[in-house]
Amino acid sequence: MAHIELKNTTKKFGATTALRNLDLEIADGEFFVLLGETGAGKTTTLRLIAGLERPTEGQILIDGADVSNWGPAERDVALVLQQYSLYPRYTVRENLEFPLKAKIRHVEPEEIRNQVARAAKILRIEHLLDRKTDRLSGGEMQRVSIGRAIVRRPRVFLMDEPLSALDAKLREALRTELKNLQMTLGATFLFVTHDQIEAMSMGDKIGVLDRGRLVQTGTPYEIYNNPRSTFVARSVGSPPMNLLDGRLVEGRAVVAPKRFELPLNGQAGAVSEGRPLVFGIRPEDLTVEPGAPVEATVHDVENHGVEKILTLRAGDAMLHATVSARMNVAVDETVQFAWNPEKVVLFDDASGLSLRHGG
Amino acid sequence: MAAVKTPRQKVANQLAIAAVIVIAIIFLAPIYWIGSTAFKPRALATTVPPTVLFQPEVTPFVKLFTRRVQLNRPVEPGAYEAAPWWEKRIYDGGERVLRVGEDVQLSGYPDRFLNSLIIAVTSTLLAVSMGTLTAYGFSRFRVAGEQDWLFFILSTRMLPPVVVAIPMFLMYRVVGMTDTHIGLIILYTAFNLSFSVWLMKGFIDEIPKEYEEAALVDGYTRMQAFFKIVLPEAATGIAATAVFCFITAWNEYAFALMMTNRRAQTAPPFIPAQVGSGLTDWTTIAAGTFLFLLPVAIFTFLLRNHLLRGMSFGAIRK
Repeated sequence: MAHIELKNTTKKFGATTALRNLDLEIADGEFFVLLGETGAGKTTTLRLIAGLERPTEGQILIDGADVSNWGPAERDVALVLQQYSLYPRYTVRENLEFPLKAKIRHVEPEEIRNQVARAAKILRIEHLLDRKTDRLSGGEMQRVSIGRAIVRRPRVFLMDEPLSALDAKLREALRTELKNLQMTLGATFLFVTHDQIEAMSMGDKIGVLDRGRLVQTGTPYEIYNNPRSTFVARSVGSPPMNLLDGRLVEGRAVVAPKRFELPLNGQAGAVSEGRPLVFGIRPEDLTVEPGAPVEATVHDVENHGVEKILTLRAGDAMLHATVSARMNVAVDETVQFAWNPEKVVLFDDASGLSLRHGG
Repeated sequence: MAAVKTPRQKVANQLAIAAVIVIAIIFLAPIYWIGSTAFKPRALATTVPPTVLFQPEVTPFVKLFTRRVQLNRPVEPGAYEAAPWWEKRIYDGGERVLRVGEDVQLSGYPDRFLNSLIIAVTSTLLAVSMGTLTAYGFSRFRVAGEQDWLFFILSTRMLPPVVVAIPMFLMYRVVGMTDTHIGLIILYTAFNLSFSVWLMKGFIDEIPKEYEEAALVDGYTRMQAFFKIVLPEAATGIAATAVFCFITAWNEYAFALMMTNRRAQTAPPFIPAQVGSGLTDWTTIAAGTFLFLLPVAIFTFLLRNHLLRGMSFGAIRK
């Protein structure tokens, strides 16, 4: 198991810069999730750690040793990809044996048999061992891929959207399994995904990537409740955080352009009056009840069973609010809402950075 | 569920089958002509209309593999009785009755055939292996000026080969490579290489590089990954490329005619040379051509599964 560190790493492909001065630290035994959109540099980060790409600048450390010039085989990492990771023409057993049969590992045949049996048992794929990989379902394939990673005891598990190609039910099941597996093995995991639900539910820590830059690192709680920028606020949470343009007037939030006002409970601190701000508030921190200060029309109602997600129109602003599924509400109805002033996050309008992080 | 065909579809189907049969007949007719003539008595070879029913005989093949030579001594009495079966065919055939002072020896055909095999097989192996490695490099690594290199490689095929035949001949004469096996092998390899690189690049591009990367991470070297993962996946492409290279090298006529005359001569320039003096013996030429067709037919037949299966990537879901 290992501790991983990327120091000031930059990776360029020709004229395009995939990663810019990335500093990243993954503690031993941590489940670290890199969250970002397509092209944000998630996969590049993973490939740099695996040794499939060399950094243009910067260092990559595994357990304190600079591995920037090591080949993938020497780094002793395991890789699970979204697809193409199983060797065709091979049976499941042959796929599982493959990493152990590499010459540099010198594994005895009996040890190979034991390790394959152990991995197959953990992942419950014993009945598939003699099947060809093209006769497997998507979920079985990903199980075998993970099996190929755990037959040896690599220092780090690198996973590149391993669940994205699966259907929703299976994805949920494997999510739990992966998390359990990581805890059982006590291994360091780097998990790359664009799915914020995966990131929130699995990660000990989340790193949010935006166009080659690491925007914020933190626990899911920190990322969710205290986003460093409007970008993070938008990328985590479903529906995402409401972001309202406005300014501060006498310690109250005034949302432009069709103004409505809400209290801030002195949260603003030393922020100057009239400064353009973005107010961020999670949908669940809005309360819809008669007598609340702001009036809005219901634009849309989405029933999720346990809750309803309302889209409200207040002035020119659109907001999402989560309410109990038992609440009776219809489209075009007029309702009143308030927010929990403790939960409001203030962002600077120009930079998009949260004022709590010292923007 | 079996598709239920409308009468219209049935008619269309039958028309298509009829068309295929007609086309097949047109293409197979010359092969039938060669094949049947190779077993005909000489008198029936050129009859108009062609003789279809005849008693097949092996005389053309015997004549193909033998030649008459002048002896400085008279034929010994009892030579016929002592002769092996294939020599007796010549005595019995009525055409080549040995005259006094003649003897039967092995002809040049087996040697030329062997030359063809050596040169075509070796140049195919070279062209395909070098082509596969080159294509792999172009497919997987960033090569400076990749497009220009590939165009340059292709451009070697843009001139008709005959255009360079005479300069090539002069070059070969200077370095003493005319009429050598190695000379023709180099020539055919160079000729096939561009084709092999381009064809193999297409096949290797189709193989996801994720497989090798997985192998690299699993602890294999680039070379081991190439042999263990890429090569088996590229087998179909390699087989197809090999068939094309082999056919080109096997059938090549112009350079073989110019560059060789005895030691390294291949079958294509040898067979027409047997038209010879006096009357053309079409049955012998047909026998030579018929045998010449067999290796390509066998080679293609052996690789038919690879050629037909197309690319199947097992676990891929595109």
